[in-house]
Amino acid sequence: MTASMNRRAVLAAALALSAVGAQAAPAKRIVSLGGVVTEIVFALGAGDRVVGVDDSSIYPAAAHKLPKVGYYRGFSIEGVASLNPDVVLASDQAGPPEALEQLRRLGKTVVMLPSVPTVDALAARIDGVASALGEKAAGDQLVARIREQVAAATKSPGGQNVLLVSSRAGKLEGAGRETAADAVLRLAGARNVLAGERGYKALSAEGAVSLKPEVIVTTTMSVGAAGGLDAFLAQPGIAVTPAAKARRVVVMDDLLLLGFGPRLPEALKVLQDGLAGRK
Amino acid sequence: MTATSGTMASGLPARRRVTPVAVLAGLVVVLLVLMVASAGSGAVAIPFQRVPGLLLSAPVDGQDALWRSVLVEVRLPRLVFALIVGGGLAIAGTTMQALFRNPLAEPGLIGISLGGAMGAVIAIVLNANSLWTMAPAAFAGSLAATALAYKLGGRQPGVAGVLLAGIAINAMCASVIGIFTTQANDTQLRNLTFWNMGSLAGASWTMLAWLGPWVAVLSALLIREWRSMNALLLGEREAHHLGHAVRPLRRRLVVLAALLVGPLVAVSGTIVFVGLVVPHLVRLTTGADHRWLLPNTLAGGAIALTLADWLARTVVIPAELPIGIVTSLVGGPFLLWLLLRKGT
Repeated sequence: MTASMNRRAVLAAALALSAVGAQAAPAKRIVSLGGVVTEIVFALGAGDRVVGVDDSSIYPAAAHKLPKVGYYRGFSIEGVASLNPDVVLASDQAGPPEALEQLRRLGKTVVMLPSVPTVDALAARIDGVASALGEKAAGDQLVARIREQVAAATKSPGGQNVLLVSSRAGKLEGAGRETAADAVLRLAGARNVLAGERGYKALSAEGAVSLKPEVIVTTTMSVGAAGGLDAFLAQPGIAVTPAAKARRVVVMDDLLLLGFGPRLPEALKVLQDGLAGRK
Repeated sequence: MTATSGTMASGLPARRRVTPVAVLAGLVVVLLVLMVASAGSGAVAIPFQRVPGLLLSAPVDGQDALWRSVLVEVRLPRLVFALIVGGGLAIAGTTMQALFRNPLAEPGLIGISLGGAMGAVIAIVLNANSLWTMAPAAFAGSLAATALAYKLGGRQPGVAGVLLAGIAINAMCASVIGIFTTQANDTQLRNLTFWNMGSLAGASWTMLAWLGPWVAVLSALLIREWRSMNALLLGEREAHHLGHAVRPLRRRLVVLAALLVGPLVAVSGTIVFVGLVVPHLVRLTTGADHRWLLPNTLAGGAIALTLADWLARTVVIPAELPIGIVTSLVGGPFLLWLLLRKGT
């Protein structure tokens, strides 16, 4: 997520906003493609207008029960069309691009929302959704509250040495810079020991040891995939880190930790409590 | 090679109960019926009897307009796409099986598919994740891998050299894919996975306008080679004595198959099994004479993928299944059933 990509994402959001601004009636039937987009719709109190979501929309529980149109990177065009939405809210990662183009050709309003993990992009995400729903005031309120809470929670970097790993497929992956994980760690004031790498990197046992993390942050799914916390900590490489020896591990819900959605302040609080050893 | 060529030769039926023309006509009828059924079902429920009307007349109200645009913009291009991809993959598979005189041969054998996948993966990881950048990259990868396999393997006598070179090229393509996969970020990784399962979701009339004539011309050129493919079944030496210039023929068939499959892989991702299984199904039921086998597999492949796409679009409404998964899931048991039935 380079600076230019950021700028592009914000520009895309601005364009989406202007397109929506011109629209008269607020959307009554919403299809949401992307877990965080869905979360924002519900956070704005418009959950009852959602008629369909994608497979990644697992929060809140009510979203989980709605018709699923497939995974947002490979959704069904006709599936979305069959739900007859007034607006399709899509993460800019949704696609393929041809499928979104097809939806537009069917006369559907498609609003693209930036997915980069920054507070500004989160604000643009919320603004975009709020405008499309005709809930501009609620959106502004939510953005203001999040900015305030995040600013209050943000600590200056340079704290503990933290390694954020995920192992959903049973293989360890560490989060380098330019990831949502790195962004959350930085906001929480931790030092990412893998900041020298870009993106998620496969982590060898020796690699994990050499990073000497004081705390390991991971996700519920990763611990589940490893077969429980003890098994997770016993993995080669993880087992001999200072973090594992002292059992300094923070386990957080995947979407909460990495989603960069409206629950960002909550995520920061849980993460900081965990890093500080407060449960 | 020679051990397996026996099974193919024995596939030549001594006498037929139905005429070849009737078989081909039957396949075309099945295909047409399937297409109509497929056009009339999907996530958006369009009353079946309204389909012709929607296509022929201007929409009268909003509901009609939506139905019409779903039909014209989404469903029909997809249907035609399935037809083209299925037919193209199957006829290329038949060519490969004739060329290598091996029933296990399929277009992927000499690097066409993995080379294409390699091109697509590189494009995805370099952040060029749109059909208009991925397709040329996949096509280039496909042609490069095939050309290399043919060039390096062709120095050996017979087809074994090309085959072995193909295996080596495939291994190299697979490792390049692996290297790029480890470098991919989360997003790209997921895109890679979906590309690998194949999809017909990218269908649009613009794309079909390019692909349709291309596949039609190359299929016609391959069907024209039916005599030489029949001769190849007997063996290269025999084909030579029958008056076929074997080396130019081999080159011609490889080039035609690669030119045919490359663009298909490029736009639809990896759709396995059709190129391998459809020629077998057709051979088992209608015989191994390429004069009829080639057009029959063309129709058979179109039927197979139209059916697979119909299932992919309709079993998990409003979501859909990746088509590559459906072709294997349905094709595998069907082939086994056919083999068992023939065995008794």
